[in-house]
Amino acid sequence: MNSDLTRATATELAEALANKTVSSVEVTQAHLHRIAAVDEQVHAYLHVDAEGALAAARSVDDRRAAGEQLPTLAGVPIAVKDVLATRGMPTTCGSRTLQGWVPPYDATVVARLRAEGLPLLGKTNMDEFAMGSSTEHSAYGPTRNPWDLERIPGGSGGGSSAAVASFQAPLAIGTDTGGSIRQPAAVTGSVGTKPTYGGVSRYGLVALASSLDQAGPCARTVLDTALLHAVMAGHDPMDSTSIDAPVPPVVEAARAGQVRGMKVGVVRELGGAGYQPGVRARFDEAVQLLVQAGAEVLEVSCPSFDYALAAYYLILPSEASSNLAKFDAMRYGLRVAPGGVDDPSAEQVMAASREAGFGPEVKRRIILGTYALSSGYYDAYYGSAQKVRTLIAQDFERAFEQVDVLVSPTAPTTAFRFGDKLDDPMAMYLNDIATIPANLAGVPGMSLPSGLADEDGLPAGIQILAPAMRDERLYSVGAALERALVDRWGGLLLDRVPQLDGTAVKGA
Amino acid sequence: MSSLTRDDVAHLAMLARIDLDDAELDRMVGELDVILGAVAKVQQAPIDGVAPMSHPLPLTNVTRPDVLRAGLTPAEALSGAPEVHEQRFSVPRILTED
Repeated sequence: MNSDLTRATATELAEALANKTVSSVEVTQAHLHRIAAVDEQVHAYLHVDAEGALAAARSVDDRRAAGEQLPTLAGVPIAVKDVLATRGMPTTCGSRTLQGWVPPYDATVVARLRAEGLPLLGKTNMDEFAMGSSTEHSAYGPTRNPWDLERIPGGSGGGSSAAVASFQAPLAIGTDTGGSIRQPAAVTGSVGTKPTYGGVSRYGLVALASSLDQAGPCARTVLDTALLHAVMAGHDPMDSTSIDAPVPPVVEAARAGQVRGMKVGVVRELGGAGYQPGVRARFDEAVQLLVQAGAEVLEVSCPSFDYALAAYYLILPSEASSNLAKFDAMRYGLRVAPGGVDDPSAEQVMAASREAGFGPEVKRRIILGTYALSSGYYDAYYGSAQKVRTLIAQDFERAFEQVDVLVSPTAPTTAFRFGDKLDDPMAMYLNDIATIPANLAGVPGMSLPSGLADEDGLPAGIQILAPAMRDERLYSVGAALERALVDRWGGLLLDRVPQLDGTAVKGA
Repeated sequence: MSSLTRDDVAHLAMLARIDLDDAELDRMVGELDVILGAVAKVQQAPIDGVAPMSHPLPLTNVTRPDVLRAGLTPAEALSGAPEVHEQRFSVPRILTED
C-alpha cells in the first residue's frame, strides 16, 4: 500500500485496517491533514467534523482491538454530500435557506455509514438543492476541479467528486437526479454510480425531484465504489419507494470484472455531433477495449432519448416546485421580514424569506415548475413530459432485450471554465444530456474515467447503463474496462492529477 | 407556443411565494422564454395514445406494522425553528384584520 494513506484506495485501507497494520485514527487523521492542506484551494467541503470523525475512528480501533469482527469498510473515512441529513452536523444543501441547520435525525444512508463504522469527515459542497452541473450555484461559492482550479468539478455533487479526486476522502456519498453523481465523476477522473431507483433509501435525502432522486457511491476505483454501494443499498421501511429485494451482487461483480460473452450496446443518440472530439475518441477506444476483453458490441437506437432533456426540465422543476414549498420560514430555515411592512403576514414573510434564501437557479426552476403545473398548461407541458417518460422507458426495455448493458460518453465535454455557462441556463442543462434518460426510467448508471481528452488534457468519462435491479452488470463491465485501462496507463488516471499541496497557488 | 409576459412571471412568482425585484423579474422573463421554447419539444414527440409515467416503480400503497416507535422529542422538533413560544412554533399572523 502507498505510504501516503490518502493515496490508498478504500479497498487497501480496509485490508490494512483489518490486518491492524494501520489504525482508523491514523487513516482519518491523514485525511484531516490533507483537507487542512488543500481544501482552501479546492473548497470541496462545507463543513469538516474533525472531532466527530476521530471519535468514530477511535471507537472502531477500540472495537477491533477487543477482537470484534467488523464490517469491511469499518474505519475507512468518508465524505457526505450536504443534501443528506446528519444529526449533529449542519445540512445546508448549498443554500442560504438552511445555513446552520442541524437536523434532529440521520438520513438512512448516513445511519448505515455510522453503523458500519465509517468515520464521517464532513459535508461536501453542491449546487443549491442539487440544481446545477458545476457547483457554481452553491450559496457558499464553487468547488474547484483538482485537475485545473479554474474549472468546474461537475455538479451538483462537485464537492464529493473533488474530495475523492484530490485525496481528501477515499469515498464519498453523492446524489443523482439527472447526472449529479456521474457527470462530476466524469470531469474529475473518478468513479460514481447512480443505483437503480429505489435501490438506496431516500429517507433523509432532502428531495429535489422525488421520482428521480437517488443517492449513490463516489470513489476512485470501481471496486471501492461497489464496496460503498453495498453499504448504502437495501430495503428501508422508512422510504415507501425502497425496493424490498436483495442488493444486487455488486462487490462480487466488481471483483470478477468479467465481460466475456456480454452484449454491450452503444447508444446511437448519445454521441456524435455536440460531443467534444477528445471525449468521443476516448469513448471509442474504451469500447474497443471491451471488445478485446470478450464483449460483443453493437449499436442500439433509443430514438426517444432526443426528447429526454426537454421532458426532464419539465418534470424536475414541477416536482421541485412542490418539494421546495416546505421551505416556508415557519418550522425551520431562514426567516426574513419584508422591508417596510409593519406587522407582516405569514405569506409576506414567506415570500421575503424565499427571495432572500434561494439563489437564481432555484427561483428559476420553482417558477418554471409552477408554470408547467398550472391549469391550462398542465397537459401541454407536464402531461406531455410524462408521456415522453414512458417512451424513454420503452426505449430502454427494447434495448435491454438486445443487449446486457448500454454505453455512451458520460458528459458531452470535459470540465469547462467557471462562468462559461452561468448566464445561459440551456447551455448548462446540456451537460446532463447523456445522463438524464437513466433517471427518467429509473435504471442504474455508472461513470468511470475513459482517459484524458487530447485537446485539453482533462478527464473524460464513459457511462454504463443496465436494466433496473441489475446494478451488478455496471460493475462487471466497469471493472473489466478499468483493468484494461489501468494496464495501458500503468496506474489509475488520478495518479496524474496535479499535486495541489505546497507548490500550487490559490486560484492559480 | 405562448410566450411569457412580465406580468405572467410576476403572477407565477406570487403563486410560488417568491418576491422578485424588478431586475430579477426582467432577467427571468427572458430566461424562462428560452427554456420554455426548448422544453416545448416534448409536444413534438410521438406521444399520441401513450400513457403518462409518473414514477419508475409500479407503486402500490406501502404500510408499516401499526406499532409504536419513538419520534422526535419536542425539543428536537423545535430545534431549527426561527421562533419558539411555549414549546410551539411561533409564526407571523395568518389573517388580515377587518
